[in-house]
Amino acid sequence: MGKILVFAEHTNGKLKRSAQELVQAAAASGNTVVAVAFGSHAGDVTAALGHNGASEVHVVKDASLDAYNPESFTANIAAIIAKVQPSIILASASSTGKDLFPRVAARLGVGVASDCTTLAINGDNVTAVKPMYSGKCFATVNFENSSTKIVLMRANQLPVAAADTSKTANVVENAAVTVDLKTLVKEIVKGASEKLDLTEANIIVSGGRGLKEAANFKVLNDLADVLGATVGASRAVVDAGWVGHGMQVGQTGKTVAPTLYIAVGISGAIQHLAGMSGSKVIVAINNDPNAPIFQKATYGIVGDALEIVPKLTEEFKKALHH
Amino acid sequence: MKIFVCIKQVPDTETKIKISPDQTGIDTAGIKWVMNPYDEYAVEEANKLRDANPGSQVWVLSVGPKARVVESLRTALAMGADEAIVVNGEGLDNFATAKALAEVIKAEGGAKVIFSGKLAIDDNASSVSQMLAEFLNVPHTTVVSKFNFNGENVLVERDIEGGAKEVVQMMTPAVVAANKGLNMPRYASLPGIMKAKKKVIKEVEFASLNIPASDIKVKYTGFALPPEKPAVKMISGDASAQASELVKLLRDEAKVL
Repeated sequence: MGKILVFAEHTNGKLKRSAQELVQAAAASGNTVVAVAFGSHAGDVTAALGHNGASEVHVVKDASLDAYNPESFTANIAAIIAKVQPSIILASASSTGKDLFPRVAARLGVGVASDCTTLAINGDNVTAVKPMYSGKCFATVNFENSSTKIVLMRANQLPVAAADTSKTANVVENAAVTVDLKTLVKEIVKGASEKLDLTEANIIVSGGRGLKEAANFKVLNDLADVLGATVGASRAVVDAGWVGHGMQVGQTGKTVAPTLYIAVGISGAIQHLAGMSGSKVIVAINNDPNAPIFQKATYGIVGDALEIVPKLTEEFKKALHH
Repeated sequence: MKIFVCIKQVPDTETKIKISPDQTGIDTAGIKWVMNPYDEYAVEEANKLRDANPGSQVWVLSVGPKARVVESLRTALAMGADEAIVVNGEGLDNFATAKALAEVIKAEGGAKVIFSGKLAIDDNASSVSQMLAEFLNVPHTTVVSKFNFNGENVLVERDIEGGAKEVVQMMTPAVVAANKGLNMPRYASLPGIMKAKKKVIKEVEFASLNIPASDIKVKYTGFALPPEKPAVKMISGDASAQASELVKLLRDEAKVL
């Protein structure tokens, strides 16, 4: 049995769910789990990483690693990989993970499987399944010529069990590796929304042309607030300028797989279906009974979105406040 | 200055995917091949940078089966790129592709800025741009929705989770991977299309780059369509009845609340 290195993402010292998923999956494989956390708050997640199954946690408690920088992160993770010599590396297919690990893979001369949805670890070997063509089909990723195999998993794909607070990890402090940076992150401009990103959200409420005009996204926002959901959109309304591209679900937007996806006034173009058909339960609300979205839906309602959605918001309020 | 754009040819987004009988890929019969949509933003931004810096040239570069990939290179030429190179190769993964791109860019004397799309919509790997930057030992930024060049450095905005943006400055040469929203790609003009038709596209054989077979790190197998969904359950009645029935089903049957 070898070692699995998990790159643990956190928000100011609060471990992300995706990191819990990865540490638990690594621990369940019977391998030794070594987690890595960066930044001045890295010390705050070591206990949680231990509870979830890491036996060792490498931290680099350096403020220079608070914000993501591809060059400093690559240098620092590469140094820890050289020390730990893992056979497998697991990380989240997040903004950071997807940007960082292909560069790390190139530096190490190994393969990377990005944006995976299932994971099978067998000793030192790993295979992963990932959506291709934005979910129109799936393929198994097999590694070759790779002493270390890097898998980037999409969030919310692996189960999370209750953490065992009696388990602890051995903490290893690492000094930051300094490199001559050619990249400078000058500023991080916060988004308007404090909600989870579409790619991490457990519930998504998405709107399309059927909402008739941009201002009617308000009814979706109200519904999303009650559900704690993130709001998405079809390409048609993004291209029409109703909402920003960051909200687009589909082949040229974000690929999502929440537990519940509510599509409001979205007919279901093939490129939209590609981006959301991995959702566990799909609700479609559309005034056209022949809309293709109903072929992918679990539950369908034919009717006027603007009439139904406010009523739905009221019903959810009642159901959730019991 | 020299500006490179790396593009990939992919099936059109409207394509209905069928699996090949041996499950090692998709059935390519009848597929309409297009330039990866994100690469169009890369071509456009390269053209804009060239136009703002007289004397510059845009070189567009693609790796793949020559016979069809040249069509997407001609599209880029018709959009305004100056020169095109095809690297003829098949069965390559992202690692070997990035190596090939790096070798060709080096052989052509390097570039000030290298543009690409943030991901290709076929394998959704978003890997080649970062690997290319590493092989060239230059900085990179991906998912870029705003680009500026001051003659020395580039200043970009990178879209991250939750609608937030990172404002990033890079020394050149640098790799910039485009997101939607970076610009509005221009349509190919008729004179552009005529010129692109006649343009000689430089050809490089992948085999001539001396990239070892061991640089292929990942192979995709077991292609399969997603499992069929059970038939939709339609909820009837007036709007109030539909709303309360749906909430009941989500809570008691689907158990997602």
